[in-house]
Amino acid sequence: MEKRAIYNNRVLPYLLLTPQLLVTLIFFYWPALQVVHQSFLLEDAFGLQSSYVWFENFQRLFADPDYGRAFGVTVIFSTVVAFLSLAIALLLAVMADRQIRGANAYKTLLMWPYAVAPAVAGVLWLFMFQPSLGVVAQSVKRMGLDWNPLLNGTHAMTLVVLAGTWKQISYNFLFFLAGLQAIPRSVIEAAAIDGASATRRFWTIIFPLLSPTTFFLLVVNIVYVFFDTFGIIDAVTGGGPARATTTLVYKVYDDGRLGGDLGGSAAQSAILMFIVVALTAVQFKYVERRVHY
Amino acid sequence: MISRRILLSTVAGLLFAAGSAAQAQQPIEIQWWHAMTGANNDVVVKLAEDFNKTQSQYKVVATYKGSYPDTMNAGIAAFRAGNAPHIMQVFEVGTATMMAAKGAVMPVYQMMKDAGEKFDPNAYLPTVTGYYSTTKGEMLSMPFNSSTAIMWYNKDAFKKAGLDPAKPPKTWPEVFDYAKKLKASGYNACGFSVAWTTWLLLEQFSAWHDLPLASKANGMDGFDTVLQFNSPLHVKLINELIQLQKDKTYDYSGRTNTGEGRYTSGECPIFMTSSAFYGNVKANAKFDFGMAPLPYFSDAKGAPQNSIIGGASLWVMGGKKLEEYKGVAKFFTFLSDTDRQVWLHKESGYLPITKAAYEKTKASGFYEQNPGREVPLIQMAGKAPTENSRGLRLGNMVQLRDIWSEELESAFAGKKSAKEALDTAVERGNATLRQFERTVVR
Repeated sequence: MEKRAIYNNRVLPYLLLTPQLLVTLIFFYWPALQVVHQSFLLEDAFGLQSSYVWFENFQRLFADPDYGRAFGVTVIFSTVVAFLSLAIALLLAVMADRQIRGANAYKTLLMWPYAVAPAVAGVLWLFMFQPSLGVVAQSVKRMGLDWNPLLNGTHAMTLVVLAGTWKQISYNFLFFLAGLQAIPRSVIEAAAIDGASATRRFWTIIFPLLSPTTFFLLVVNIVYVFFDTFGIIDAVTGGGPARATTTLVYKVYDDGRLGGDLGGSAAQSAILMFIVVALTAVQFKYVERRVHY
Repeated sequence: MISRRILLSTVAGLLFAAGSAAQAQQPIEIQWWHAMTGANNDVVVKLAEDFNKTQSQYKVVATYKGSYPDTMNAGIAAFRAGNAPHIMQVFEVGTATMMAAKGAVMPVYQMMKDAGEKFDPNAYLPTVTGYYSTTKGEMLSMPFNSSTAIMWYNKDAFKKAGLDPAKPPKTWPEVFDYAKKLKASGYNACGFSVAWTTWLLLEQFSAWHDLPLASKANGMDGFDTVLQFNSPLHVKLINELIQLQKDKTYDYSGRTNTGEGRYTSGECPIFMTSSAFYGNVKANAKFDFGMAPLPYFSDAKGAPQNSIIGGASLWVMGGKKLEEYKGVAKFFTFLSDTDRQVWLHKESGYLPITKAAYEKTKASGFYEQNPGREVPLIQMAGKAPTENSRGLRLGNMVQLRDIWSEELESAFAGKKSAKEALDTAVERGNATLRQFERTVVR
């Protein structure tokens, strides 16, 4: 039995698609093309004088050792944040999914941080870890560690990773919890009766059945760490010290908005766009094969 | 039936209202975009209100547009979309970008002439307006809030360490020595520190020692300027600071002024930052505070010269109607009025922009009642500015400061020597300057 709607009118399906296509074209493709166009230009901030320089903005980028460094920083930052926020959220979701008193209260509280704007999240963490006034920084110092994110790149990176992870955990938690609740109880209970331990039940039943959610979250999280974290970085470290926390997206923001170098910034955006498209494509091609729907 | 009657009368009412509004003389609106918050925002609002009360021909509408970079970007975006404001407040580091945008901006001296407004450039304090003028002395933008860098110190801490609170350190070696003593007396997290690190340690340091930060009078004589702040004296300062950073006699406080809380909380007993820090210190410092001129190396010829300003000025955007420019010109005359400048200076803690306002404040005995408030003015007006101390005009200044900060951070973290860090900062900065030079409208 085939489920297929039959349209006799050849125009109608396209007509029905038009609004969605228009939205996509105007709000996604047009700006993306603008970015590509801008990346070939050399222009002053006011747009009074612009000339085509073609690939010069890109050449300049690849000749710039800082760009390579920002690339490395991005790889470390995104891997750690994506892994930590997924792992911790999964752990919390599994814990909250159990039959415990006040489960709803926990669930609600765990979702709250998602409502906090990235810049505000950054400021909160900055307050706690500010070397001279921060509560946490003071106790870390008392334990004998010379905590100084203003000069120590590793400390600064730790700080933005913590803030970035914390911000994303709630979102992941929400989806994991929903995913967990969709797993039929009977399967888990049958395994339990067969004598499978909690750990074994998790790895052989729950984790595979949760894979569509995990895959979806992986894609979303990669996009998050690549694009949405500059607010946090801006508030916490401003990309410093000595570029230790300047990721690709932060460099786009820094050069374009703060520096007024529109061509260079657009070239970086174009590259970043390409990277994320490629990453997502790879994920769909290779990782998705291992997903059980 | 009733509804139709109501509708008719409403329409009639609207028509009448529209008609009468058109008949009354509408004031010409002048848009002023600014970046002032808190008490300084109140000052902006009051200035606009007061101006609107003095006459009915023009109406200044002040709008807050966010931080300095936000305001500047909003103005640039508005210009690109064809509806720039008349007046835009731009921070000093944006000066070269604004100046290079011929056609996008209207030079103040030109506007005053076109509008037929009486305008005497000699009435203004040269160290303040020099930053915003051409080398010929033509004023490009109207200084609004200007401050300079000074040294703040904690008199209570000085007493505790057995130092004379009436005698703040004058030279850099004295600062190092005092900081060591203060550190020994219990201030072990920070002997002294600095906010706006590159502004203080590179820009102000160069002007104060009459050394060029960059060639061509710090960029004022041309966009083909090259950076020169890797001189032996600059290296000497940074090298000393690298050594002192190791045991926190000097402790790095970040690129902007977020570290200023370390002074008001009593953590750092000596702190160098903007003179506009005054309001904050007065409200939050729970100790007897002192203000002193910036330190210098006494072996440097010509030191101390004069310090340079920071803050923001008002730029007039191009492409507006003459009658609107007449309004802007009237407003600038209103701002430069002596009594108004005296009030602004006392109220906001910023520097006065006219000579008459400084003289009047002095004559009123204000500086005797508020010791320390004259320090920035003495520092600014002590000597006639040289080409190293008139101001800076470097393109892509925001990026330049970032680059310089990065290199200084590497140095203070012990990863680079002072010479290496400054040489790299100069080299990377020059590449950025060349990039800017190419985009300049010729």
